[in-house]
Amino acid sequence: MKVNLTIDNIAVSVDEGSTILEAAKQVSIHIPTLCYHEDLCVAGNCRVCVVEQTGTNRLLPSCAMPVSEGMDIHTNSLKVRAARKQVVELLISEHNAECTRCYKNGKCELQELSSEYILGDNGFIDLIPFKKYTIDNFSPSIIKDDSKCIRCQRCVRTCTELQSISALTVAHKGKEMKISSFYDKPMYEVVCTNCGQCVNRCPTGALTEKIYIDQVWEAICAEDKHVVVQTAPAVRVALGEALGMEPGEIITGKLVSALRRLGFSAVLDTDFTADLTIIEEGNELLQRLTKVLKDGDTSVKLPMTTSCSPGWVKFIEHTFPEYLDNVSTAKSPQQMFGALAKTFYAEKLKIEPENIVSVSIMPCTAKKFEADRPEMQSSGYKDVDFVLTTRELALMIKQAGIDFLSLPDDEYDSIMGQSTGAGVIFGATGGVMEAALRTAYEVVTGREVPFKNLEVTPVRGMEEVKEATIKLENVLPKWDFLEGVELKTCVTHGLTNAKKVMEAVKSGEANYHFIEVMACPGGCLGGGGQPIPTNLQIRQKRTEAIYQEDRLKAIRKSHENPEVQKIYEEFLKEPLGAMSHELLHTHYTVRNRQ
Amino acid sequence: MNDLRNLVSTLVDKHGRDEESLLPILQGIENSESYVSQEAMVEIAKELNISAAQVYGTATFYSFLSIQPLGKYVIRVCKTITCSMHGKNQVISELENMLKIKLGETTSDKRFSLLETNCLGQCHKGPAMLINDEPYTDLTPEKVREIIRDIQQKEFAVN
Ligand code: SF4
Ligand code: SF4
Ligand code: SF4
Ligand code: FES
Ligand code: FES
Repeated sequence: MKVNLTIDNIAVSVDEGSTILEAAKQVSIHIPTLCYHEDLCVAGNCRVCVVEQTGTNRLLPSCAMPVSEGMDIHTNSLKVRAARKQVVELLISEHNAECTRCYKNGKCELQELSSEYILGDNGFIDLIPFKKYTIDNFSPSIIKDDSKCIRCQRCVRTCTELQSISALTVAHKGKEMKISSFYDKPMYEVVCTNCGQCVNRCPTGALTEKIYIDQVWEAICAEDKHVVVQTAPAVRVALGEALGMEPGEIITGKLVSALRRLGFSAVLDTDFTADLTIIEEGNELLQRLTKVLKDGDTSVKLPMTTSCSPGWVKFIEHTFPEYLDNVSTAKSPQQMFGALAKTFYAEKLKIEPENIVSVSIMPCTAKKFEADRPEMQSSGYKDVDFVLTTRELALMIKQAGIDFLSLPDDEYDSIMGQSTGAGVIFGATGGVMEAALRTAYEVVTGREVPFKNLEVTPVRGMEEVKEATIKLENVLPKWDFLEGVELKTCVTHGLTNAKKVMEAVKSGEANYHFIEVMACPGGCLGGGGQPIPTNLQIRQKRTEAIYQEDRLKAIRKSHENPEVQKIYEEFLKEPLGAMSHELLHTHYTVRNRQ
Repeated sequence: MNDLRNLVSTLVDKHGRDEESLLPILQGIENSESYVSQEAMVEIAKELNISAAQVYGTATFYSFLSIQPLGKYVIRVCKTITCSMHGKNQVISELENMLKIKLGETTSDKRFSLLETNCLGQCHKGPAMLINDEPYTDLTPEKVREIIRDIQQKEFAVN
């Protein structure tokens, strides 16, 4: 059913149940919003989106109000403008509006509104001196500055609806009301997974990632340091957005160019260690299958889950600690890279590991926490020294005065720079599973995975929980116990969905062999460190770009990566071997649920 | 700790495990323990399978729930507008003077706690306050002195 109405005298016809805000979008009329976010339920608490309906006295919140037949809406009447300005004035009266000292300066939704509504000096009295706001900067991933919070609750809804964690809540009421963790403890000490989904949705500077830009500049400028940088798969399909490009553009070549111009000594690729992860994790899966199905060893656990998403890892440590033995012991590609940079790479290039500074560019805030885990020092040093988000890298590129759009394409350095299509798709939900299947199926049967163009489509896309069952037939003699076995796999993204899957595993309702979990909606390409805004449409564009990049790669299976083959020959010797155990595998920690 | 766990599980059995049971469970804790401790919140969260922060959010929202141990007599003065305009501030300073504590504090002998609360539905007889479950209305500083003195005398007589 269509509903007809006019907005600012323009006729528009939309589906019944649409909101006024959605109808306005359809005719390209912009209505400002603060508490509204496409990915979340409507809260309707900020009132900045009000519009006027002819014939009524009340102003309507357009984000919450459904359209009705014959409505005559005005989005820019004097009354509307006065009301909006008042909302902004009220917010600013309690807001530590030190824009010049704020990381969000120039990227802040509140600042943008205040500039549109030209707030003069005759606002409400400044309440800041009377407020006892605090800043929590104990976490290596996230900074929470209450003096910048406008209590729109996007973060609370994000953490509850998308992640089912509810690390953040609304505490107290009235003028004491605030966004709080349990007992207002530091984020570092509570169930927060550092996923940064709240950071990605906070309209102001109240929740931001912890910034390590200056430390990286210092390393780059230090004469005696060899600074290596690795780039995660999801960065190359999103960085452009923060530098003036449209979502969905692949900028791998420009990314490499830019990093070289910034002065990194070597520009290398996390995709290389993504391929390596597939070899280690794929072999671990086969080993677990052998122990369980062939040897009847009950100490070995199935289903095995992936371990590359640090938000997921911290989530399972807090929420399902009894399943820690089910998590693959393979480190994430970031940490494998870090461990190899200060061992294998250092040896090859004859550089003292203490002179190597290892930096990673990640779509993720949880990677900062991961790099800080005490167990991530298997090289004898901190394996990854600094983790920057896609957003921080964009800022460095601006600081350096680089015109990103006009950069030529460049190639990754060798060694640890070569990758396959399987490594690239790690950035999308289903990618790790698809990459693992491309390799494991071939190991077991000697044939390519039975999908057209190697594209394991059932595990792709934005569906909440995806399942694929693959029957193993005509297996190689070594794997005869797998003959006829149906390998049951499951892929999920967003921790709300992960929780559902784990509950199904716990109740015995689901009996998978292998589960891929990404903490962020859409996988890493929708990570908390990605350009803002991120929403479903943008995640879809980035996904298309990732699969496009895979199709363009000459080699699309991890085990065919020549550099990966070489590192086994020269250094690691064999998958799951002694060296791998020392450098590429890890263990997990039981955490409480506060 | 074990007593607390038993208390929580009794309350959960009584009220159920839905999120709606959170408030009655918190009230139950408040009634037996006089306040909701951090440990109690963690225990409730575990039982209801919600986050500890959510329990904390609810516990701090209602002025009838306390997250600190309170005195034997909990005085809650209405801070809502009508009472405010009828002299609630004088009532509070009188109480502060008599008890030698500030708003939000508990006397060192653990007898009295002084808090504010929202409208008690006694606006026509404001300023109003509650001492434990007992409402007192049409307060003046003098009346407040009498009320507190009565309680103190009763207390000293007991001891
Ligand atoms: S949060 Fe926005 S409005 Fe507030 S200080 Fe930062 S940039 Fe300015
Ligand atoms: S922290 Fe950010 S997202 Fe959360 S309520 Fe405050 S302003 Fe909104
Ligand atoms: S980082 Fe993730 S887990 Fe932590 S508060 Fe934000 S949304 Fe919740
Ligand atoms: S955006 Fe509509 S009420 Fe906040
Ligand atoms: S305003 Fe105090 S009782 Fe209603």
